[in-house]
This record gives sequence, C-alpha cells and structure tokens, in this order.
Amino acid sequence: MRRGRSGVPVPLLIPASLGVAFLVLPLVGLLVRTPWSELGPQLAAPGVGEALRLSLICATSATLISLVLGVPLAWVLARSAGRGRSVLRALVTVPLVLPPVVGGVALFLVLGRRGLIGHWLFETTGITIPFTTAAVVLAETFVAMPFLVISVEGALRAADARFEDVAATLGADRWTTFRRVTLPLVSPGVAAGAVLCWARALGEFGATITFAGNFPGTTQTMPLAVYLALQRDPEAAIVLSLVLLVVSLATLLLLRDRWLGRAAA
Amino acid sequence: MKRPRLMVLGLTVLLFLAACGGGNSATGAGGSSGSSGGKLSGTLTVFAASSLTEVFGTLGDTLKADNPGLKITFNFAGSPALATQLTQGAPADVFASANETQMKVVTDAGLQAGAPGIFAGNVLEIAVPKDNPGHVTGLADFAKPELTLAVCAPDVPCGAAAKKVFAAAGIQAKPDTEEEDVKAALTKVELGEVDAALVYATDVRAAGAGVTGIPFPEAGQAVTRYPICRLTAAPNPRAAQAFVDLVRSDAGQRALEAAGFRAPGS
Amino acid sequence: MSLAATVQVRRGTLEVDVDLEVADREVLAVLGPNGAGKSSLLRVVAGLLQPDGGRVEVGDQVWDDVAAGVHLPPHRRALGMVFQDALLFPHLSVAENVAFGLRTRGAPRAEARRAAGDWLARVGLEGLGDHRSAELSGGQAQRAALARALIGNPRLLLLDEPLSALDARTRLTVRAELRRHLAEFPGSTVLVTHDPVDALALADRVVVVEDGHVVQAGTPTEIGRAPRTDYVARLVGLSLLPGTGSGRSVRLDAGGEVAVAEEASGPVFAAVRPESVALYLSRPDGSPRNVWPARLVGATPHGATVRCELAGEVPLVADVTAAAFAELGLVPGSEVWATVKASEVAVYAR
Repeated sequence: MRRGRSGVPVPLLIPASLGVAFLVLPLVGLLVRTPWSELGPQLAAPGVGEALRLSLICATSATLISLVLGVPLAWVLARSAGRGRSVLRALVTVPLVLPPVVGGVALFLVLGRRGLIGHWLFETTGITIPFTTAAVVLAETFVAMPFLVISVEGALRAADARFEDVAATLGADRWTTFRRVTLPLVSPGVAAGAVLCWARALGEFGATITFAGNFPGTTQTMPLAVYLALQRDPEAAIVLSLVLLVVSLATLLLLRDRWLGRAAA
Repeated sequence: MKRPRLMVLGLTVLLFLAACGGGNSATGAGGSSGSSGGKLSGTLTVFAASSLTEVFGTLGDTLKADNPGLKITFNFAGSPALATQLTQGAPADVFASANETQMKVVTDAGLQAGAPGIFAGNVLEIAVPKDNPGHVTGLADFAKPELTLAVCAPDVPCGAAAKKVFAAAGIQAKPDTEEEDVKAALTKVELGEVDAALVYATDVRAAGAGVTGIPFPEAGQAVTRYPICRLTAAPNPRAAQAFVDLVRSDAGQRALEAAGFRAPGS
Repeated sequence: MSLAATVQVRRGTLEVDVDLEVADREVLAVLGPNGAGKSSLLRVVAGLLQPDGGRVEVGDQVWDDVAAGVHLPPHRRALGMVFQDALLFPHLSVAENVAFGLRTRGAPRAEARRAAGDWLARVGLEGLGDHRSAELSGGQAQRAALARALIGNPRLLLLDEPLSALDARTRLTVRAELRRHLAEFPGSTVLVTHDPVDALALADRVVVVEDGHVVQAGTPTEIGRAPRTDYVARLVGLSLLPGTGSGRSVRLDAGGEVAVAEEASGPVFAAVRPESVALYLSRPDGSPRNVWPARLVGATPHGATVRCELAGEVPLVADVTAAAFAELGLVPGSEVWATVKASEVAVYAR
C-alpha cells in the first residue's frame, strides 16, 4: 500500500523536508568540493587502504563484542525492576554523554599500563593495551555499545512477554527461552542496534586517538586519517571522508536488504 | 574538530591541578604599552595559537591594567583552525600563529595589516613522566623499540619538526603513536602511558610538575617560529597595535622566555 | 495424577484464596467475571506466579508448598497451557510451534517433527505445518496452540479463556473439537472462562469464583438449575430472588412475596426462568397467586423472543415472543403486569 505525498500533513512535511535538507546538504557540500581529478591518486596513496581495512575490522569487532556483552545487558535492564535498574541504566549510558576524549582518558585510567587493571596486567604478563589494535577495538566498543544496549532494551520492552510464559509452560528454562524465543522476537531491534553500534564505531575518533593513539597500520583508522589529513591537505581529507562515507553507506544498504529485510519478513 | 584538543587541555588541568599553580608569574608590569594618545577602550580580539594561552593571558592582563576601559577576547586554538576561521571571515584584530605556514595562509588571503613579525621561537624537548620509567636520556632513545614512545603526526607542525630533528641526528625513530597534536602527546606522558614524547619546550613548562623536560642539542635544527600581525579587518586597530607592541617589548619577551620560548633571533 | 491446589495470592487489592481438586480425566471449569482472580489462579498452578500461601500438588509431585519453601519453576512442571490469544511464536512455522515442547525436552528434531505432523493431523491442520503462524486464522491458530500444549503428554492441561478471542461461528466448531480432545485427554484439565456456555459444554464440574473466592461449586446442571449469586443467575438467565420461606410462600428480602408450589422454610432462593413470566397490559382476570405491577426498563431481541428487563417490587426478566411484544405495543417505560405460576418457581436453601 502506497500513500501519496498529499497524504502527509503540511505541519509534518515542512519540518521533515528541512530535516532532510539539514542532514543531506553537508554531504552535498562534501561532494561539490571533492577534487574528482585527484580521486585516483589520493585513493592510491599508501595508507588509505590500510586505514580503511583497519576501520572495518575494528568496527566489526567492536560490534561483535557489543553484541556478546550488550544483548545480555539489555535483557537484564529490560527484565529487572526497581531502583537498581535506573541506576544501572544511567551508568550504562554514561559513554553516550561523555565526550569521547574523556572516555579515552578514562580507559587509560583502567586499562593503561598504570591503570587499575592495566598495571596488574602489565606487571604479571608484560602486556600493555594502549597503542595496539586491541585498544582501538576497546575504545570503539566503549563508545558504541550503549547504542546497541539502548535499542535492544527498547525492543525487549516492546516485545510481548507472554511469549516467554508460553515457552516456560512448554518446558523451556529461562536460557532456552531467551535463545529460542526472546532473541528471535527482538532480532529486528538487535539488528538495528548493531547497525547503529557499527556506524558509531566506524566514525569513532576521540576515544580512539586518545586511548589507542595514531599509528598507520596499527591504530590509524579512517577518522584519524581524515583528521590528520585535514591538518595538511584539506582536499585529501575530503577524499578520505568520501571513501568512508561510500563504504559505510554501501555496507548498511547491503545489510539492510539481507539482514533487516529478513528479520522483518 | 577543536573540541578534542580543548578537552584534553581541560582534563589535563583537572588531573594536574596542583601542578599548574606554579607556572609563569615572572612577567612584571611592562609599563605603558607604548601607544601614543589616551587610554585604549573597546574590545580587542586576539586569535592566538594554543601554546600561547598562558603568556598571552598574562600579557592581556597587563594591557587591561593600564587601560581599564579595554576588554580583551582571546580565541586560543590550533593555528590551522584559526587560519581557517580568519579566511572564512572571523572578525579579529590580531593573529599570532605557531608557525609561518599558517601565517602564510592568512597573508595569502591578504588579511594582514603590515608584514608579520617573528616574536618568538619554540624548540622540541623530550617530555618524560616525572619518574622517567624508561630511563630516557636523549634523542637516541627514540630508536628503542622496547620503549613506548609518542611523537606528533607528520601532518602537524610538531611532527614535521620531529621528522627534521630525527633526520639531523640520523635516528630511525620507532614511535608507537603519532599524536594529532602536542597536547595529546603530552597527556599521555602525564598519564604515564608513554615513556617519552617529543613535544615543544613550552608545553613541558606548562605541564608543570608531572612532566620532566630533557633538552637535546639537535632541537636547534628545527626551530618553530611564531609570527604575529594585525589584521586589516581589525575593529580596534589602536588596541591591536598596542598588543603587538607589548608582545614584542622587553616585558613581553621576558614573559615568553619564562614560559619556555626562545628569543626570535636564536 | 490428579490436581490438588490450595492457592492464596494477592494481586493488587484482590485477595485470591481458592481450593481446587481435579481428578484424572476430569475437566474443571473455573467460571467468574473478569478480575475475579481466575487467571492469577491459573498462573500460580502453572508456576508463572509464586503464591503467597498454599500448596499445589499433581499426583504425588509437590509443585508448590509455600510453608516448605517449595516452588517448581514452570518449565519443570508437566503441564500444557493454552492462552486466550493462541500466542503462536511468530518467528516459527506452525510445525515448529507444535514441536517446541518436545524440542525443549530434548527430543531429536526428526522425532519432534513427526510427532508435530501427527498432532497437526489430529487437530485438523494437516498440511499447514510449513506455514508461518501468522498465516493461520484465529480458529486454526487456537487448534495449533492446543496441539502444542498436548504434544508433550502433560499431566495437567490449563486452558485460559481458550475460545473468547474467536468469532461466534468459529467458537462453536472449536468448542466441539475441544470437547472431543478433552474427552481423550488422560490428565486433569482446568478451564478458566467467563462464558457459562463453555463451562456447561466442556466441564464435568464448575467452580464459580467471584472476588477471589469460590461462591459456588457443582456440576454444570446443578449450577445451571440453582445459581447462588446474581452473577451466575444472570449467566444462566435466571432471576434470583433471595428471601425467607414459610409454608408455601417466600417473603423476599427486598420486599414482596412469592408463592411457591412446595413447602419452604428458613433462608432460601426463589429462582424464576424468563420463559415462565407472562406479561399483561392490565391486571389479568382470575387469581394467579403471583402477580406484580412492573415497568419495562430494557428489551433485547433474542432469536424469536425478546428478553424484557422489568423493574418493580420484584425485579424479573421475562422472555416474550417477538409477536407478543409487538402486539402489546411495549416500549421501555411501559407499565405492565407480570405473572408467574407458583409451580414454575424453583426454591432451594441458601
């Protein structure tokens, strides 16, 4: 069923159009300023492919970690009750309001080689986390996981809890119920949360450059490369931004058809 | 893109509040600011590189003490950001850049009133945590892979300078991270997460007690020069001239020296 | 393998305190208005709700014993439950829904699939196993839900308003099928409903619950013939008149007197069936012993008859034929005379 444009009330149409313009025009600006003739050489420049590859690997790893930790966390938030829950939710959403650079410093204070856990790790195993690819993944996870938790929690709340009762009367313990009933029921919410999480991780800058530093091939992701290119050669920065944009849009569109489409069917 | 830098700065201040107390109070009043005629008034807007925050703040207070009717607004940020803002039409009276490249961006746009003059120089220094866990003694230590080392990214001025000194010293540097700016590199020293970072002498001075500076002879190979100029669009040209004069006066030079800057000629 | 339950549970302001006993092969209907605590009772028996007091026992197994601190979680209770909305899992096919209980209890996939196919055939859904559950009609979904509940051979079957979400025609056919399946089911069945027709058609015994307490228990026939509360009386279509018997007369608590055909004494109910009440525009000749002036306050067509609600000293419900209703020219507010033969008034002790 399609609705004509005439079906959209004007009080909605005007702000909606303004919203689209506001979100899309900066993109248009980027496209207009793109030095198309230099596109080839810029893309072939050493480090671009490397930064892109690193970005995709790290964002995907961060999303996987967020799924493994965040979905159970969302379940706890959605199914538990009382004051403790509000406090827990507030704590979980801290990374959303924390400036990412502060998040990066906070990660140092815990996982750095002088950090609460990091110093113990360093002294017993000699392993340090900062300035490694693992640090990039951790920084991205820290910043992006709340997006997943919040959207999965919303989906869990909206889901009909009576299905869990049905499963229980059919002999399913809570874990089986979670796996075979709850999770499939909220899978569109999980997918949407994972996409948000991945997108946030892909664009992550502040926490990453603080906690993981910036070194080509190890910790320099696309946003870092873009930022540094901006210091030297704004045109190169525009090209890099465009690459990041195209790759992320392509990925999201592809996933939307394959993954969200199936979940919604 | 300015926020990360400011946040690091803010946090640095928070974390090392105690250390920041004893910086540069050795300026002294430089007498009249040399302007003829009556007292200055109105608002003076100064765009200056972040590394000048402390010194220019002090000098601004001096100027205001002599001219009670004057209000001074500072915009401290990275020089490239300031140059971009100026070429995009930001109204300002004075621009003080941390390097000649960004000053050239402004002069290429024809925004300067009179030729820019170099008023200070800055050199690199090795910054190590107070307890110097990596036992760093000189530039040669930057070739040791077992140390955790930070330099600035080659795209930013301090990184370009680092490249130059390493080349001059014939050292194959093995950094673990190429920081987006000096303050970010310094923060990691302050947190003790790197054994050493190559930053500007002025930054070591400003960081206070948590950081120890180690000067090295090759630093002279890459002196960063700070130019200053009035701007054509200056809404308050008299105050602008007074401020530039103050910076270049003996009192101004003493204040800069106390903050770790070198004299312009050296 | 029978159910014996004593359940005390508080839900908001409602205090539920009900005892149930159901033998094997027996169907017990719990009949009551919405909010009477029926569903809470069922949820306690299912283990979905922890009781505040009491004991639930099935056969020799204790499922709940509050005093002893025993609470068996629902998934370890050998029960099947059917809910008002079939609640088939939307992400699974019909066959996967039916097989769910076998899979959770460890049956191999192939075996569970075969059993699900058999059960789908038994409930008349042959060939629909591969459909998504959303593609089924309401009646089909409820049949699948029944198959899903019964496939694990439970000892106890709990039906929570299983027919009330269905349209009238579907309800008839599903009710008939349900009756057949219940007759074959070897365990105990508890049916919760607010529809007396379900209770009368499906149950061997009925308990009526109001405000969390049992107000009447008996066979469907007993309940239908001699209701003890207005709620049940209205459900079975009787006018219930509480009073005190003396000889062949009952003095009503609300005022007025009813002549009856048999001796009565002490607190009794007098029950009048709507079809026993005759209406006249003027006081009838002769001397019927029960004749009261009344005012028509409501009229609802009911097949070939019109159900008339009467207000007056003795409140009654009367069924008159549509033709008579038209002939008398009745409209709400009409003043009429109502008569009932003494032999048509049932009287039984309170």
